[in-house]
Amino acid sequence: MDDHASLKQTPLAALHRALGARMVPFAGYEMPVQYPAGVLKEHLHTRAAAGLFDVSHMGQIRILPASGKVEDAAAALETLVPADILGLGVGRQRYALFTNAAGGILDDLMVVNRGDHLFLVVNAANKHADFAHLQAALSESCSVEMLEDRALIALQGPRAEAVLAELWADVTAMRFMDVAEAALHDIDCLISRSGYTGEDGFEISVPAASAEDLARRLLEHPDVLPIGLGARDSLRLEAGLCLHGNDIDPTTNPVEAALTWAIGKARKPAGARAGGFPGADVVFAALEAGPKRLRVGLAPEGKAPVRAGVTLFASEDGQEPVGSVSSGGFGPSAERPVAMGYVDSAHAKPGTALFAELRGKRLPVAVAALPFVAPTFKR
Amino acid sequence: MLKFTEEHEWLKIEGDVATVGITRHAADQLGDLVFVELPEEGASFEKGASAATVESVKAASDVYCPLDGEIVGINPAIVEDPALVNSDPEGDGWFFKLKLADPSAANALLDEAAYKELIA
Repeated sequence: MDDHASLKQTPLAALHRALGARMVPFAGYEMPVQYPAGVLKEHLHTRAAAGLFDVSHMGQIRILPASGKVEDAAAALETLVPADILGLGVGRQRYALFTNAAGGILDDLMVVNRGDHLFLVVNAANKHADFAHLQAALSESCSVEMLEDRALIALQGPRAEAVLAELWADVTAMRFMDVAEAALHDIDCLISRSGYTGEDGFEISVPAASAEDLARRLLEHPDVLPIGLGARDSLRLEAGLCLHGNDIDPTTNPVEAALTWAIGKARKPAGARAGGFPGADVVFAALEAGPKRLRVGLAPEGKAPVRAGVTLFASEDGQEPVGSVSSGGFGPSAERPVAMGYVDSAHAKPGTALFAELRGKRLPVAVAALPFVAPTFKR
Repeated sequence: MLKFTEEHEWLKIEGDVATVGITRHAADQLGDLVFVELPEEGASFEKGASAATVESVKAASDVYCPLDGEIVGINPAIVEDPALVNSDPEGDGWFFKLKLADPSAANALLDEAAYKELIA
């Protein structure tokens, strides 16, 4: 499957090559992992100025209610996610989770209320499964469309607003998680003020045919550098954001994943629309009794990065594992190794001393509060 | 005498001691290094054993012992500043000095021309 010849290309593939990117297989696509600047500089540039990311491999899905009333699409989607979708205002976006009957997380996604329909952005690796899941569950009341002809470009970092304002002055009025339509150089775009870096920034859905034109115009700005998947991963890790497949998956429920905030108040046990999503009983039981294990931040005390799969112990010579690392690496802005993982609830308090077994040695790591770098969202 | 391995290490051999590092090609492929772990002086390794570990932002990689021998010196500067391996891999970014168990075994390694052909 990872044979390069069978890999799909995003509408920006030629641009990546022209920019000197190193291309790697990712979720069935050939994607830029880094550009000549390298992962460290790309990461730091995003936190200092602005980075442009091609995230066109992600799935863009529309849910159109047969009735024409967006409430009907919202109510239908609520049968699959624990988020409050009916309470989502027009032009607003919310984080959501597809759960399974065991309360596990099939995928995480963004949901936008577009006034007469819902717009979803889902993970690349899961997009076909998500689409089938939506079609199977919603087809009575809604039509579900995968938008194959649109690219997705993220512009992230403290200078992102100023850069985008040169193309569209009204962008400054947007708040975190607002979504608006705008013409950027006469290209019709759908812009959300959100991202996956912990920085203020935007994600821009753009017609595939115009994507390279828009990307080139944004890259002309001296504050903007192209950023690959390598820095995208270190940025999201420092920001404490989950990567589906690593930090959350069908075997982790939202409570142990520390994503209880993604369950709408109206969907919780005492709420007006309590439950009604797959695995609600399991999730509510975990809410009531407390999770057996919890996703936490992990700060290795030494300089060695502690990566996904590494086993955690409560003591230097303990035999019983108390958890494992789900994502880990070096945090260029934190200037130290950073990680997150699951630990038994008894060991989940920030400051708890644990040991990671790495290359036959037990290295001290401390349970740490997430995120490792403070977000700069424009609330 | 300068020799290379197919695992992208270089050896500068003076008498029975080889100074060992990773090649420019290897450093470029690994990307920005953020962590280096070196062997202890006095440790002995067989050819092909993992003697050091390097980590980039994304991944960990082994540096293999290019020949049988004993570690008689290490370069603490690259532990302090792993970026030195990226900036000067075939100079100040050296890893360790290896006292060769059998100096003649070095003859079987690649010379510079053969290594250049390998990475071409």
